Amino acid sequence: MTLHILNKSPSADALIKRMLCAIEDGDAIIMIEDGVLGALDAHQGLFSSIPDNVALFALEADLEARGITSRISEQVSIADDKQFVVLCSDMDKTVSWY
Amino acid sequence: MKFSLVIQASPFSHQSTATAFRFAQTLLDEGHELFRVFFYAEATLIANNQICSPQGEADLPQQWQTLAEEHQLDLVVCIAAAVKRGVIDDNEAKRYEKASGNLRETFELSGLGQLAEAIAVSDRVITFGA
Amino acid sequence: MSEKKSVLIINQKSPYGDAAARESLDIALTCSIFEMPVTLLFCGDAIFQLLKDQQPGKIQQKKIEAMLSALPMYDITEIYVEHDSLIQNGLTDEDLCLPVTLIDQSSISQLINLHDTVLTF
Repeated sequence: MTLHILNKSPSADALIKRMLCAIEDGDAIIMIEDGVLGALDAHQGLFSSIPDNVALFALEADLEARGITSRISEQVSIADDKQFVVLCSDMDKTVSWY
Repeated sequence: MKFSLVIQASPFSHQSTATAFRFAQTLLDEGHELFRVFFYAEATLIANNQICSPQGEADLPQQWQTLAEEHQLDLVVCIAAAVKRGVIDDNEAKRYEKASGNLRETFELSGLGQLAEAIAVSDRVITFGA
Repeated sequence: MSEKKSVLIINQKSPYGDAAARESLDIALTCSIFEMPVTLLFCGDAIFQLLKDQQPGKIQQKKIEAMLSALPMYDITEIYVEHDSLIQNGLTDEDLCLPVTLIDQSSISQLINLHDTVLTF
């Protein structure tokens, strides 16, 4: 199981398409830095293809910094820094997409 | 669990070095081990002790240094990437006939072998790039 | 070094305009010198790193193609190219400087699964 760490916004469509292709059952995605813009409700179509058992997270500090915490999709869970570390240790490996 | 971090992006242009710092702090708080932090490419700029962080802005180089002192961290700066960006220790200053080195305390210049070793011995290697 | 971890390096940046190609290659060669099994994957713009007939003399850079051609001497022979990226750019594997294995974008997950550590550039 892999944790995919995405730090680019939805405008990086080729990168995000490649990441989504590399997702497998049981993987997780965490959006960090500019990646959290993908958590917006307005972009919920972006992750419509991922399996139900792939968890989607966005990093709290980056959501707050950008003022978008209240605008995120229901599909996305908020992870604080501690949960980010927990995700990295719980999954077998990480892939950073940037 | 034993972590190593690889930071690749400039501390001045990207968030990576700050995100990695929070991650390092958090994993240590959680009782994990941080085997090594490897600063590569533009991220090597962090280790220049001549950096003057603007008043009222986060002083990331100092934050890393303090964390390293508190936890005896191994902060390795890729020597090839650092030297061509003007980040040199006293040995390199002598070798290249520069007046003095400017490597910040607690950071160490070394080769990519240190990254290979970190990959070999760590349970997790997390990359922060941009 | 306690054990041999296998490393997958995913390259996504084009040569010359970005320093990532050389930075990635240096890591690949180092890991290989330390006898860690290294696999390279070229996706998107990174396929241009492998293109034949590069002539970077006028832009005063070292030829990436020549450096990549040395990979087999470092025992790096697991070289994968995202087929979709070749097609999108009107290229085939015959345009490349090394023998490579073509894979579909949907197979990248299998490569990730097969390796202990994944680095991206």
